[in-house]
Amino acid sequence: MLEWAQNFMAAIPPVILMTVYMFIFVLVLFGCVAYVTLAERKVIGFMQVRIGPNRVGPRGFGQPIADALKLMFKEMILPNDADRFLFRLAPLLSMIPALAAWAVIPFADGWNFADINAGLLYLLAMTSLGVYGVIVAGWASNSKYALLGALRSAAQIVAYEIAMGFALVGVLMASGSLNLGDIVNEQRGGVFNWYWLPLLPLFLTYLIAGVAETNRAPFDVVEGESEIVAGFHVEYSGMGFALFFLAEYANIILISALTALLFLGGWLSPFPESWASVPYIGVLFGHGPHMFIAKTCFFIFCFLWFRATFPRYRYDQIMRLGWKVLLPVTLIWIFVEGVLLYYQVSPWFD
Amino acid sequence: MKALINIFKSFTLFELLKGMSLTGKRFATKKFTVQYPEEKTPQSPRFRGLHALRRYPSGEERCIGCKLCEAVCPALAITIDSEEREDGSRRTTRYDIDLFKCVYCGFCEEACPVDAIVETRVFEYAFFERGQQIMTKDMLLEVGRKYEEEIAADRQADAPYR
Repeated sequence: MLEWAQNFMAAIPPVILMTVYMFIFVLVLFGCVAYVTLAERKVIGFMQVRIGPNRVGPRGFGQPIADALKLMFKEMILPNDADRFLFRLAPLLSMIPALAAWAVIPFADGWNFADINAGLLYLLAMTSLGVYGVIVAGWASNSKYALLGALRSAAQIVAYEIAMGFALVGVLMASGSLNLGDIVNEQRGGVFNWYWLPLLPLFLTYLIAGVAETNRAPFDVVEGESEIVAGFHVEYSGMGFALFFLAEYANIILISALTALLFLGGWLSPFPESWASVPYIGVLFGHGPHMFIAKTCFFIFCFLWFRATFPRYRYDQIMRLGWKVLLPVTLIWIFVEGVLLYYQVSPWFD
Repeated sequence: MKALINIFKSFTLFELLKGMSLTGKRFATKKFTVQYPEEKTPQSPRFRGLHALRRYPSGEERCIGCKLCEAVCPALAITIDSEEREDGSRRTTRYDIDLFKCVYCGFCEEACPVDAIVETRVFEYAFFERGQQIMTKDMLLEVGRKYEEEIAADRQADAPYR
C-alpha cells in the first residue's frame, strides 16, 4: 500500500505536485489569517478584562467563519466617481504580495517552495509592494479620506522601509548570506547565538518598523478611525474590504515569521541538544517547524499586545521616530557590527 | 543629568514595557463579564422597572382614583379618568402610562396612598409597533396579577426602611 502510494506520488509531474502543495498551503494560511482576527479580538478583550466574542460556536471559534460568510454575501459597492479598474485591482495588489512572500520562507531545513539565493531581497521587494495596494485603493476611491490615508501610508512606508532595510543589512552582514535557510543555519548553537542578542537594536528596530509597515497600532494613522474614518479602504465593502482585512493580517503573520527567522533562529530549538533524545516527547524539544511556528505565534501575540497597550502616534511623531531615531540607531549599530566583524568577536562573528 | 536619564529610559523602552506589563497582567486576571441572557446581575427589591396595578387579596382593585400619581408624575406620563361605580365608590375608568414619557423615577409609587401603582422588577420588554408603549389599565392589572407574589415580597422586604 505504502509502496503503491510512493510510486503514485513519483508518477505525478513535479509541477502539478508543487501546485497542489501551494494550494493547500494558501488555504491553510487563509485559515490562520481568519483565526488571527479571532485571536486579536480575544487577546484585546482579555487585556481589557473582557472575554471577547464567545457566541458563535464553542468559545467563539465559529466567529471568523460567520464574519467571512457575512462579508461574502454583502454587495461590493462601486462609488460613482471611482476608477473602476483600479478600484477592483487594489485589494488584489495588497493581498498578492503578502501571499507571494511565503514562497521563500523555510519552515525547517529545506522546507520551502523556492530555495533562492536572493531570498532576503525578494522578501524586501514583496513586503514593499504591499503599499501599492493601499496607494492605488486611496487613489481609485476618489474620496478625500481614502486619499489622505493613502498619502500617509506612502510617507510612512518610505520612512520605515529604510530603517527596516538597514536592520536587514545588519542580518546580512552577520550571516554573510541572502538565503534565508543559510541565515538560520548561521545562528546554530543555542539561544545566545541567535541574532537577537548581537543585533539587539536592529532586532527592536525591525520589530517596530514591522509594526509600522503593516499599519498596525500604534502606527495606524493610515486608517485612523478617529480622524479619517477608515482611511484608504473607506469606500470598500463586501469582499473588497475583506481582502484588505485579510492582507493586513497576512502581513502580520509574515512579519512575525520573518522576525522569527532573522533574529530568533527560525526552526532552531532553544533547548540543549541532549533533550532531543528523550523518548517520545524529545521531538518537541528538537529543531523543527514547530519551533518556527511557536516563535511566529509569539510575535503575532506581541502585535496584538502592542495594539491593546499603546495609543496611536501623532503623524509628525511617526515621521520623527522613523527618520530621527530608528535610522540613526540602525546606522550606528551597523558601524558597531562592522567593528565587531573586523575583530571577529566570538561567538557570533567568528 | 535628568535629560540623560530620560534618553536612557526611552532607549531601553522602559515606559513601553511598563505599559505592556500592565496589559499583560490584565490579560491573566479573572474576567467578571456577566453573560447576559444566561447570567443576570442581582436586583434590589427597590428595582424600578415596568409598572403594575395591584389588587387586594379579595380581588378588589386597590386604585381609588385619587390622581396623586398623575399629579406627582414629573414627565406627565400618567393619564387618569375616574367615575363613580354602582356601589358608590370612586374607581378609574382609564389609567394609561406612556412608557416613552416615563422616567422610572418611582414618584407614583411613593405618592400612592394604597400601594396600587408599583414598579416591578421586569425590565426586559420591547415594543415593535407605534402605540404599544401605552400601558392601559387592563395591561397594568395583568402585569400586577402575574407578578403579585414578587411585588408583595419586595414591599415586605423594603417596609422596615420606609
